[in-house]
Order: sequence, then structure tokens, then C-alpha cells
Amino acid sequence: MREVAVVGCGVISFGELWSRSLRTLWAEASLNALEDARLDAVDLITIGCMSSGLFTGQEHLASLLADELGMLGVPAARVESACASGGVALRTGFAEVASGLSDVVLVTGVEKMTDVDGAGATYALGTAADQEWEGFHGITFPGLYAMLARVHMQEYGTTTEQLARVAVKNHANGLLNPHAQYHLKITVDDVLNSTMVADPLHLLDCSPITDGAAAVVLSTVERARKLADGRPIVKISGSGMATDSITLANRGDLAELRAVRLAGERAYAMANRTPREIHVAEVHDCFTIAEIMAIEALGFFERGSGGSAVERDLTSLQGKIPVNTSGGLKSKGHPVGATGVAQVVEIVSQLRGEAEQRQVEGARVGLAQNMGGSGGSSVVHILEVE
Amino acid sequence: MSVGIVGYGAFIPRRRIKLEEIAKVWGADAPSYQRGLQLYEKSVPGADEDTITMSVEAARNALFRSGGVDPVDIGCVYVGSESHPYAVKPSGTVVAEAIGAVPEVHIADLEFACKAGTEGMYLAHSLVKAGEIRYGLGIGADTSQGAPGDALEYSAAAGAAAFIFGADEDRLLAEVLHTYTWTTDTPDFWRREYMHYPRHGSRFTGEPAYFRHSVNSASGIMEKAGLEPSDFAHAVFHQPNGKFPMRIGKKLGFSEEQLQTGWLSPWLGNTYSGASPMGLTAILDIAEPGDLILLTSFGSGAGSDSFIFRASDRISEVQELAPKTRPQLDDNKIYVDYGTYAKLRGKIRMGE
Amino acid sequence: MTFPARVWREFPQRYRLEAAKCDSCSKVLYPPRLVCPACGGGDFSMTELPRQGKILTFTIVRVPPAGFEEQSPLPIALVELDNGIRVMAQVGDVEHPTALKIGMPVRLEFRRINWDGEAGVICYGHKAVPD
Repeated sequence: MREVAVVGCGVISFGELWSRSLRTLWAEASLNALEDARLDAVDLITIGCMSSGLFTGQEHLASLLADELGMLGVPAARVESACASGGVALRTGFAEVASGLSDVVLVTGVEKMTDVDGAGATYALGTAADQEWEGFHGITFPGLYAMLARVHMQEYGTTTEQLARVAVKNHANGLLNPHAQYHLKITVDDVLNSTMVADPLHLLDCSPITDGAAAVVLSTVERARKLADGRPIVKISGSGMATDSITLANRGDLAELRAVRLAGERAYAMANRTPREIHVAEVHDCFTIAEIMAIEALGFFERGSGGSAVERDLTSLQGKIPVNTSGGLKSKGHPVGATGVAQVVEIVSQLRGEAEQRQVEGARVGLAQNMGGSGGSSVVHILEVE
Repeated sequence: MSVGIVGYGAFIPRRRIKLEEIAKVWGADAPSYQRGLQLYEKSVPGADEDTITMSVEAARNALFRSGGVDPVDIGCVYVGSESHPYAVKPSGTVVAEAIGAVPEVHIADLEFACKAGTEGMYLAHSLVKAGEIRYGLGIGADTSQGAPGDALEYSAAAGAAAFIFGADEDRLLAEVLHTYTWTTDTPDFWRREYMHYPRHGSRFTGEPAYFRHSVNSASGIMEKAGLEPSDFAHAVFHQPNGKFPMRIGKKLGFSEEQLQTGWLSPWLGNTYSGASPMGLTAILDIAEPGDLILLTSFGSGAGSDSFIFRASDRISEVQELAPKTRPQLDDNKIYVDYGTYAKLRGKIRMGE
Repeated sequence: MTFPARVWREFPQRYRLEAAKCDSCSKVLYPPRLVCPACGGGDFSMTELPRQGKILTFTIVRVPPAGFEEQSPLPIALVELDNGIRVMAQVGDVEHPTALKIGMPVRLEFRRINWDGEAGVICYGHKAVPD
């Protein structure tokens, strides 16, 4: 396998982007990444998008978007794994470069969620759950995570205050991210007093509906050296992917995100790294409980102590392991298919020393964890300065 | 050949609304309604309950008491109701599928206001008697509606009773000794297609309808059987409110003791097609071997079916095998206010 | 529109709680599948799920999905049945949803689960009610 590097990154500001269509969002982020890479030709385009069909009525994105960039003829593929679509798009691109099948891959993620109303968005997101045996009963995504939260609270004594602190931290980080959807400072009380969406999760425990796109350009480390121009070269040293039951009824241990643990173990093994060596991480905080369970599954903290870790500020910007310096899905926004790629853009910024006010001093090894549905799929990438 | 009930069961939803809660909203004088109708509270179906769901649970209770009847051997399912969930597509097929009676089973839904249940019972019994089928299931179930503010809103309630008929000597719980019916065209209460709520002829529903048909039906069957009121251990009449069944029972010569057990309406309301059949299940729950039981239903439109049952020796063996009627009426109640009631009964105009 | 074929094919599971029992290792699968996840076996016999169980975890959905507005607030639980099989089910007849507790005994009762507006198909199944 060849060594793979990220040679360019592009994001756009996330939010309710009424005047821009899915194609436009995607093209903007892609062009930003190509410009950052100083490349204008690629061998493959991958697109992570959960459900352009349900949100905008459009499938067949691969060719549509290649066309949009003026790259007709270039192979392209749209991949889907619910909210892990972006991460899988990256994994796909990584595999193509590592295997030698492609030299330059444009990895992208996009979701346009505001061309439907709230009910439409909830329905589309709900398709990440088991339709016949979960959706049939009227469960929603907040509901599924609420069930997991309750188990975690019962088994480990995690509290709603600890959940709230995840949101507070991520909003504080988001204030420092010019591309975040929300620049809003909140307190624990704000979270606990916000509308109850699905007991025990409140509105502010939940990530928002967002339009957005993100892109990275991958190539070989060898090529990266030629394109470098003084910036640190960031390589993808580990990639891990795993599935678990999307149906909660068939999960093994409800207090664990097994897919995350397995994906993490596989990424650590490939990168020959341990959790303690990670300097900064972006994890999938679609709901506050998801961040707490993810930092446990990734081995940053003991099982059951994720809540207390957040409470003790161990994952804040100045903490032992800063988590979600970008503001996380919570305040940066969660344009579903784009998230997995946007997480990597943040890690690359950190490793290049370009994270401005969010910069973690001396960050050389970073991790991005992307997850689908209620934990049914997960992709973990480890990046480090070459 | 002796034909009779080989399994019986009832189902009552847990929610209740008190009469004064309804009266309050319409500015009516609760005590006078309570006195006039002899009604205190009624059952309210949840948003997740309907004629089909209640029929399934009542039928399951009947199977529990049937001494192991294999549902596949049930040859007919007749669900009588005036609140079938579909106007076209039988409730009976869902019930039959749920209990495993499909596919060799005759099914049709019945409607005859409050006596569709006893019609279903009559048909099921008759098919067994004719030797056409081995077991027949007749069910009376309703989640009836009363127009907001109308007198019927105080009584329209929800419940189901299911009876499996058969001819197995060793399974008989209550033999059917006689049946009778007395029916004319009397438009005392009706609902036109596509209308949400029924209409009625007020006091015309009394003497010319309820009393005339019920009296003729009950007297007719007793004459046919050569029996008198004093021969019976229990009697149950259609119970649209607390007053009518007591009045007619006493008029015919029955005592309060004989009428007491089947008298559910003051706390249950009027469960329409389930009304007198549920009175029967309450009676069967405590009947003793040899008891003679009179059941006289009434359906507006109008008609009255009568049955005379004799409880068998086996009845006491099965009473505890499934939830009884009275405990379902009295225990684990959930009281709702009028707003919740209106929401559950679909009386609130929802957005498109 | 909820298309009838899609709901009809699940009737045995929804109406009668029919499950598949692996002939090789006796694992019970609900809903049935082609391959036993425990032993890889492909032969099964029909079995029915028990109706009694207890609540493993639950939530109360206060922002209902489309079609469930009339049933809001909607308590939903993961129920572990007496044979170890877990099912997701709405919880019915709960006066105060806050009375729900992990470990609460429940039984499965036949109820309406969802319906396609005023004119569409009504989907029946089982809900958990306090036992």
C-alpha cells in the first residue's frame, strides 16, 4: 500500500443556505479544495451524501456533480452510510490512492437539508434507522439516542448535566470557527431548560439541520512533497471501518458503541498508534450522548467515565485531549453527508497549524470519527504530520 | 346436538372520562344527567385502540377459556360493530389473521346499531348448529361516537365481547337453549354514510324502539321456552344507559339481584354492539353450573335478539383463565380530561 | 402512501409475533432471516414470541414523526421478552409517561401502531402495556 496524504481542503460556511442548491454547495467546496491543493485534475471523485433523493429528489449524483465541475468522463461514485457517508467517501478515496488505482482523488461530502420542511427532514434522517422494526413504531433519531443515553445513565451514572456540558463545550469552540453554523454561547442551564425532544434529550442536546459541503484532495505522500510549498504534509496513517446492528434490539451491549470501538481499533492498528498518542480529535456528536460514548469507545477514557471526563474539562480546548475543536456537529452544523469530510478538514487544519484561535499547541496526530445512524456504522481515520 | 359457548372473553380499554367532565364543557347540569341517565363515567379508547384491536384481545381471552380450541378450526368470524375502522375491508379478516383462524374461515362484518354483536353470535351459533362448521366466533365491539354536546356524548363508550360457539360436549360452558328475534323497520337512531356522528329521534328512541322491541323479544323467547323470569339466575338487556335496562328488566318481572351482575353501563357507558354481550361475559364470569341466563339485546333501526343459555358444569373451571369483565371495568383506570378525550376521539380538527 | 404490500408481508410477525428458530442452534430470530447470525445455519422452524417481558430502556418522543401526531407524546421502549428476544415497541396505557422505569414488567397487547392519514392503510401490531 502506498502512503496517502491530504493535499488540499475546502469547506464552505454551514447553515441554512437558502439561495444555494446542492450542486452549488458541492461545487464551491470542491473548488476550494482543488485550489488549496493547487490541482485541477483528478482521477476519481467520491461523494458522501446520505439522501439527496429524499431531501431534493435527486439521485445519480456521481455524474451530475462531475459535470458541475467540468470533469465529465472522470469516474465518480456516491457512497452512502447514513451519517457516516462522508467518512466512507474518504475511506473509498484513501483505498484508491493506497492501492495505486488512482493518484489523485477528490473526496467530497454534501447534504442539502432545507429543501424539505422539518417533518420532511426528520423523515429522511429517520431512514437511517430500521424502518420496519423501529421507524414503524414512531421512533425518531433523538428517541434512539435518548434510549442509549438512558442506558448509559443507568449503568454508569452519567447525568443530564454532563450531557449538557458537551453542548456547552462545543458551542464555545464553535464561537471560534468562522465556518460554524452557530456562533452562540450557551450554558448548562440553557441546555437543560430547552424543550424536551425525547426524554432525556433536550433540543440543545441535538445537532441541527444544516446545508453544507466539504472536500479534501488525496494523493500520494510522494506527490504531496512536490506540492508542499512549506506547509506540513499531512498523511492518513490509519483507516478503520465497522458495522453494527442499526437496530437497537439486536445490539449486544447497549452501553457501548461497538462499531466505533472496532473502527477505532482497526485504525489504530493500521497507524500503529494508541489512543494516548492522539493530540486532537473530531468525534460524531450528533447528540451529546454520542460524544460521551464515542470518547469511551475510542479508548480516550475508561468505559463509563466519558461523562465525568467532559465535566472535568478534559476534552476542552485546553484539556488533555481536545475533542471537537471545530464546534462539533452541535455548533458547526451537521450536513449529514458532509460531516465526515468536514471533520477531516478540521484535523488537517490543526495538524497544519492553521486552526487559528482553535489551535491545539503541538498537534501532530489527530483522529476523526464519523458514525451512521444510532451507531450502526462507523469510520475512523488517523492523520499525522509526515 | 347441544350447541353453545365454548369460550368467552371481554376487553375494556383502561381510560375513563367522568360524566361531570363532559357536562362542564357544555355547561350542562352534571347531577341531573347523572340522575336522568344513571351514568357516572364511561370507557374511552386510546388513539391506538379500535374495534379491531379490542376484538382481537377479547377473542384471545375467549380462546384462553376454550379448553384448547385450535384457531385453525374456527370456521367463521363475525364482528358486529357500528365503528368498524374501515368502511370497506372487514374487521373480521384482521381478527382472523391475528388469532390464526385463516384461511378456511367465513368472514363478513355486520352492522345493526347496538345489536350487531348478538347477530354475529347468532350466525356463529347457527352455523355450528347446522353442522357447517366446527367452531364459530361472534364478536360485538364498538368505539362509538356521540356528537359533541349531544346526549349521546355522555354514554358512547368502547369495549368488546367475543364468544366461540361449538358443539363439543366436553367444552360447553353455556348451552344455547333457545334463540329468538323481534325486528321491524323503526328509524329511531341512524347515521348516514360519510357522516361523522349519528342522529336520533330523542324520546322516540324509548317506547317505540328500545322498549317495544326488547319487551317483545324477551317475552317472546320466554313464551317459546315455557319459562318465567323467576326461572332465571341472571338477565341482561341492552344497556344504553343505567336506567333503561333496569326499567325494562323490572317491567318484565326480574329482580334487581337478577339484573345486577350484567349491569355495567353506569361505569362503562354504552358500548353499543358490545353492550349486552359484555353484560353476558360479566355474568359468565360468576355463573354457576345450571344457571339459566337471559340475554336480550337491542339495536336501533330496530330489532332485539334474545338468547337463553344454561351454564354447564365446566363454567367454573374456566372463569379465572383470562381477565374477567368486572375487574377490567373497575381496576387500573386512567382518567382523562375533556381535551384529551376530544383528542383521542378525533374530535379535534388536525392540520392537513 | 403506505403501500399495502410492504405492511402485509410482515403480518405474521406483527399480528402473531411469529419468529424463526434456528434448527441447528435454537437461536430465535425476530424478524426471521435467511441466515442465522449465531451459527450461519439456514434451516428454521416457526415459533411465537412470548407476550411477557420487561423494559430495558425507553424514551418519550415529544416531537413526533409525521403520522404519529395523534399519539404524541409517544412513549417507546426496548422490551426484553421472557425468552431473551428484544423488540422495540410503543408503550400504551401509560397515564404519566414519567412513570416508566427500566425493569418495569410489561406485556404485549394488540393495538393500532400507525396509520396512513384518514384514508390510508391502518397498521396493527403489538404495544407494550404495564403488566
